Amino acid sequence: MPDTLDKKKTLDQEESLQPKMVTVEIEGKPFQVPAGITLIKALWYSGQDVIRGVGCLGGFCGACATYYRTKDDPKVKTCLACSMAVEDGMSFSFMPAFPARKATYNLLELKDPKQDLFTLYPEAPLCRNCNACTEACPQHIDVREGVWKAVFGDFKAVSEMFMDCVMCGMCAPVCIADIAPNLVALYASRAQGVHFTEKPEGLSTRIQEIADGRFQQEWDRILKLSDEELQNTNASTN
Amino acid sequence: MELADQRNLVHQTRDARRSKSFPKLSPAERDSLIKQHHPDHRAHAYRPIIFGPNAGQSTVIEVATLLEGESPVPADLDLTPAYSVDVLVVGGGGAGCASALHAHAQGANVLLATKLRLGDSNSVMAQGGMQIAVASDDSPVQHFLDTLKGGHMKNDHQLLKVMVEEGPSIAQWLLELGVLFDRDADGNLHVKKGGGSSKARLLTCSDYTGLEIMRVLKDEVLNQKIPLLEFVAAVELLSDAKGACTGAVLKDLDNNRFIVVAAKTVILATGGIGRLHIQGFPTSNHFGATGDALVLAYRLGAPLVQIDTFQYHPSGGVYPEQLVGALVTEGIRSEGGHLVNAKGERFVNELDTRDVVSSSIIRECEEGRGVRTPSGRVGVWLDTPLLDVEHGPGTLDKHFPAMVRQYERYAVDIRKDPVLIYPTLHYQNGGVKIDVNGETPVANLFVAGEASGGLHGRNRLMGNSLLDLMVFGKRTGTLAAERAKSLPKSSLTLDHLKRFRAEAKRHHVSAGVISPMVLPAYTNK
Repeated sequence: MPDTLDKKKTLDQEESLQPKMVTVEIEGKPFQVPAGITLIKALWYSGQDVIRGVGCLGGFCGACATYYRTKDDPKVKTCLACSMAVEDGMSFSFMPAFPARKATYNLLELKDPKQDLFTLYPEAPLCRNCNACTEACPQHIDVREGVWKAVFGDFKAVSEMFMDCVMCGMCAPVCIADIAPNLVALYASRAQGVHFTEKPEGLSTRIQEIADGRFQQEWDRILKLSDEELQNTNASTN
Repeated sequence: MELADQRNLVHQTRDARRSKSFPKLSPAERDSLIKQHHPDHRAHAYRPIIFGPNAGQSTVIEVATLLEGESPVPADLDLTPAYSVDVLVVGGGGAGCASALHAHAQGANVLLATKLRLGDSNSVMAQGGMQIAVASDDSPVQHFLDTLKGGHMKNDHQLLKVMVEEGPSIAQWLLELGVLFDRDADGNLHVKKGGGSSKARLLTCSDYTGLEIMRVLKDEVLNQKIPLLEFVAAVELLSDAKGACTGAVLKDLDNNRFIVVAAKTVILATGGIGRLHIQGFPTSNHFGATGDALVLAYRLGAPLVQIDTFQYHPSGGVYPEQLVGALVTEGIRSEGGHLVNAKGERFVNELDTRDVVSSSIIRECEEGRGVRTPSGRVGVWLDTPLLDVEHGPGTLDKHFPAMVRQYERYAVDIRKDPVLIYPTLHYQNGGVKIDVNGETPVANLFVAGEASGGLHGRNRLMGNSLLDLMVFGKRTGTLAAERAKSLPKSSLTLDHLKRFRAEAKRHHVSAGVISPMVLPAYTNK
């Protein structure tokens, strides 16, 4: 996370709200689009129907995983196209669907989930530390570190690190060891929840109370009330 | 005044605002505010539906037009099924995944079709949390009462009682699947306070509650190997001689081919209507929120309830332009964020219900106390830095990482500066009429989640949607699977469409609109 905000960018932002046009390259083809709109809107603006590649439009679903490059910069970066603004000279393409292998498992039946990781995802310990996955992550997760944490059985750390993961899958195509880190992390996070997290006592108590009819009297009382009476009543806490 | 100067006023007034509390409105004051300023009360945006089960009732023009629309399916379509299943689930969000998993668990042969990818939905964006009465000082009865008051007493009591009572067992189910809810130090589920609720009742996974639940449910649908059709939309239902639902016509969006599915039961879980941009509002909804279930069920004779009321979430983005309509989670207000007008004043109790807060923001802007952006939009401030002041530095980073990140992409630091917001079209309060099992008056047609109506009354309370999806996903999936066991194979016809077309003709309606919409037309042609 940058400590100081890029002031120049902030200024560009306000200017971009004027009807100023920029040139961008979409899948290798140049288009003129209004400055400051999102990459997805640039696609629509340039007349392209988009079905594969648009999802929640809010930066949460990972459908619009995109590769982009800014003017004169050789570095190809990743982003979510719904959450990135166009700038002049930018070049971008959607990431195609990538056929990563997802292991299937029944979490409840696993006896030793930390060991089972090596059967389900035998490629996970073969990480060669190139760090490409971390660089590819549009959510800035330390993906490589997460894979190692999973391999060493620190599922709790994995689950915390990957809470931000939108499952865009951009970490997978870059992996030279054919690991799909997001899927490994999802397995580790779910296993953490199912096998290594305390059962909340209060919840079991509440489920039992409902089964035992503890609230029946209150239901009987309030379900007889008129709307006006309901408006002014609260449940008894006894 | 420059936006930066306007912003400074929020910083300057912060300490003074902190020392004062803002009272909640009385029921009479709320009603009057809503009648004057809530978009549900703009008569010019509404018209009566001309024919069909809700003929004569009023709804927004956008919805009425789609309900009376023309089916894309030709009358002579070959109805030889490509799939024959027990349960067809349409929709891949929270309700769709939950119903598919529960139907599958009952041993039913399930097919899940979704017009985008599995999980692309509004559910994945739910940040605020999920209301479940698990705290020892809380009860399902209080949850019921809070929801009823929030819904202006118009909620279906039976649906609501079922939802609040099954909440705790739903939390249990999600925990068993590995969902990582936030915890207290003693291991109990941590609960947060939400707008309109008298108790802290929101279960959360930081501000990624929907994302966490959906990651897990999607993974489980794949683990269970439930047959899945992605980029395939439902465009018509099928019926037998008695008018019961017997399947659906789907359309593959990759090759535009129709796919006929024979299904003993059908569960529609296609979500809401944000992408209809009712009354020109921006929306917080995902790309596919076009109200398809309303249209499909209506043509087959299922009535809708409370289809004249919509939720405009108080805090949609206004600036920067790329975030227009995108949601700023209610959690910010739950944790004490103030709403501030152009004069640097608070104007509403931020924890009042969504309809009240939205109406008050619209009032401020209509009466000239809004803040104008360089692109001409208007909004009010949400004082985000206040949270770090109030609860200590790092609060926003810790509790709202998604939001910090969302604004950081556009070089706005919400830890240092407030954000501009204005109500955004967020939720369809009503929908297809259902019973406690999620079944519509049309036999063997079920509806789960936002597409259904009655549960939330005229205003949904924060955090009740995720619970709705899970409870009615479970009930529809379980009953549809059970029902399918005893149902014989039935005929597949489009007879209901003939009846519908005849009625349209009788009422001289020539829609010229094909519905369901499936996806909004944003492409510049």
